[in-house]
Amino acid sequence: MTKQHQYEVVIVGSGGAGLMAGLFASKTAKTAVLSKLHPTRSHTGTAQGGVGAALGNQEEDHPEWHTYDSVKGSDYLGDQDAIEFMCNEAVQAVYDLEHMGLPFSRTPDGRIAQRPFGGHTNNVTGKPVRRSCYAADRTGHMILQTLYQQCLRNQVTFYDEYQVLDLILVNGSAAGVVAMELATGELHIFHSKAVILATGGHGRIWEITSNAYAYTGDGIAISLRRGIPAEDMEFFQFHPTGIYKFGILITEGVRGEGGILINGIGERFMERYAPHVKDLASRDVISRAMYLEMQEGRGVNGQRYMYLDVRPEIVNRYAEVDGRTRPDGSPYRLTAEEIYLKLPDIIDFCRTYLGIDPVTQPIPVQPTAHYTMGGIPTNYYGQVVMDEQNSIFPGLYAAGEVACVSVHGANRLGTNSLLDLIVFGKHAGIHASEFAKGASFQVLPGDVTDFARQQLDLLINNSGKEKGADIAEKMKTTMFQNVGVFRTEEGMRQALDDIRTLKERYRHIRLDDHGKAFNMNVLNSLEIGNMLDLAEVITVSAMARQESRGAHAREDFPLRDDKNWLKHTLAWSHQGDVELRYKPVVITKYQPKERVY
Amino acid sequence: MEVTLKILRFNPETDKAPHYETYLVPDAEPNDLILDLLECVRGYQDGSLAFRRSCSHGICGSDAIRINGHNRLACKVLVKDIGTEIITLEPLLGLRVIKDLIVDMEPFFEHYRSVMPYFMCPDDPVEDGKERLQSPEQRERYDDTTKCILCAACTTSCPSFWVDGRYIGPSAIVNAHRFIFDSRDCGAIPRLNILNERMGVWRCRTIFNCTEACPRDIKITKAIAEIKHVLSTGKLD
Repeated sequence: MTKQHQYEVVIVGSGGAGLMAGLFASKTAKTAVLSKLHPTRSHTGTAQGGVGAALGNQEEDHPEWHTYDSVKGSDYLGDQDAIEFMCNEAVQAVYDLEHMGLPFSRTPDGRIAQRPFGGHTNNVTGKPVRRSCYAADRTGHMILQTLYQQCLRNQVTFYDEYQVLDLILVNGSAAGVVAMELATGELHIFHSKAVILATGGHGRIWEITSNAYAYTGDGIAISLRRGIPAEDMEFFQFHPTGIYKFGILITEGVRGEGGILINGIGERFMERYAPHVKDLASRDVISRAMYLEMQEGRGVNGQRYMYLDVRPEIVNRYAEVDGRTRPDGSPYRLTAEEIYLKLPDIIDFCRTYLGIDPVTQPIPVQPTAHYTMGGIPTNYYGQVVMDEQNSIFPGLYAAGEVACVSVHGANRLGTNSLLDLIVFGKHAGIHASEFAKGASFQVLPGDVTDFARQQLDLLINNSGKEKGADIAEKMKTTMFQNVGVFRTEEGMRQALDDIRTLKERYRHIRLDDHGKAFNMNVLNSLEIGNMLDLAEVITVSAMARQESRGAHAREDFPLRDDKNWLKHTLAWSHQGDVELRYKPVVITKYQPKERVY
Repeated sequence: MEVTLKILRFNPETDKAPHYETYLVPDAEPNDLILDLLECVRGYQDGSLAFRRSCSHGICGSDAIRINGHNRLACKVLVKDIGTEIITLEPLLGLRVIKDLIVDMEPFFEHYRSVMPYFMCPDDPVEDGKERLQSPEQRERYDDTTKCILCAACTTSCPSFWVDGRYIGPSAIVNAHRFIFDSRDCGAIPRLNILNERMGVWRCRTIFNCTEACPRDIKITKAIAEIKHVLSTGKLD
């Protein structure tokens, strides 16, 4: 007998966006939040740098500047109405977080402290502006904890360690989800009037990633299976500073505090690629610069990594060269003590994983698969839109990294993701609960769990010989090599062939565990299936886009082509085939121009 | 290099009791994480091995286990840190084992919830709608205890907790401390009352296992002592 639950709003995912949605939806609607993890394990907790908002606490700043920076950062692919909405909401959103108790770092006069971050500028001088509101170097951890705590306070209902397997659609409307309780292996039906997907990203598709094991794109995969398109999937951000080989993120905040990128011949190479903001250029610009330097043999020791140097003597030398000042006008200088105070988590990572102290030694870094700009298409209320005309899918919402509003376009600026979560998580929650108030529960068909059971049966009763780990490893390798920082037609074609071969092998996967309690074997195999589906959509979308824009950089089409390609990709997944269509970018104030840093 | 993992396994559907199984990992690197070795065994030798993990860099707190008898996060320990040829991996103590290295965290989270671990303040909003003011010194006062990732390494390393699971435990006290010493919060008294119980702070015998086990280097025993001090003197700072 399959357990059935009824809620007005069901939220899948308990990171920043899911929890924000949960907080707001639960004010007026009976709400449940499901997650494959315990909420405090969500990937939001690993975000380091800060949340962007033009508070102007330490120097002049305006939401208009934040908007322009984000539009430019998106390489003009972001929808400007949504970006404007987000940047205008940002200031109050950050104050709301503080009112909820978030322990921001403070200025001497007791206000929320802000620091510079890549791509965020004073629009008049073109110099970096202090816009990132931070809590030491663990802003994400504090946001996740604070939101979870507020959910506890407001008695939000949680279902922890439930893996969602299928979206329930009735009469073209979202009517709930089918999920597997990991502790028992049992299927549950969550019957609802509205569903909010907040399942995060899918960096685990690539070999070197900053992303958690849980980041396997489940929300996008189950939507694709139900005929909902995925938008702009070719745009995946490679963060320039992951710890070499580990992929663990070293926050951009290090560069915000004055850290410099140095190549194998001791040169501050970003001077050549981004003459105005140098090491604080947009992430895609830096990842590409590093890649090009390494191609020309200027990696450290000729290897595929650079140095991120935050030793006080280096920071201060270049701060002087740059004429960098503190808010009060005095020259910017950093002491070792200040580095320990401001970047404690980074110090810990370097000590634990590299056995070095960043105050006395430079950090070896390489680009690491970090963030998906693409995802489930929504408008800026979090409503899922299902075609080129932005027709609304009734009852279905998405927020956070899994959604594509699109506020990040072809490349996301740092600190805009945490902002994305709190703004769109909130609005998705509000709109979903409003919708639920005006809607009735649909009658569920009798076979509502059939599709989920089929998927499970395929895995559990498979007599094949393939190992999931093998398939996953090959997928990650080909994707990192061929659909990474730089792409070519030939490389992507190879990747697509590889993925399709792997998808066929996946149908013969063998499980070791046929039990019901905490079957990680089944869970992991489902995740691999999801990732393969997404990898195919990503590669096909990337092959079709014959230009370079933001994070999608092609050696064979190195220039941005607004005439033919200023448009969003929509990808539908049909059995064994990916269909692509396109929709226009919303442009309000800022006409696309050359993107120079 | 060849590494041997000795893992305490338990399958609730087939086993009467936990039992050790040995796995050889022939191509381990000195820089491999213990978590990497676990994933290797799970991926290529025995897919039924069950353990929690997510971020794999010491932030999410999913993978706290006993490594050679000490509570550590599997993703923060490198092979070269161990120094023994055989690495013994066991689930945390004091919480019921569900399967292999997965324990029932519910009693731990129940203690967490019992200290009202959420910001409480007078409902009148700040006059200009902006942030409540807090000086850097005030912010520093409770900085240490904001770091808790709820991994349970501390509570499950505490002999007082092993003896009686009703003890609220170091982690819950740390999370209460975070709010008690936050100058903006107004819920210090109710939380202190909760901690001022036999199964609250007074169960702490200053053993220090918690401080040793904490992967975030929180000075837990110190924080617990500060609470005891407040309760003894009746003065909050």
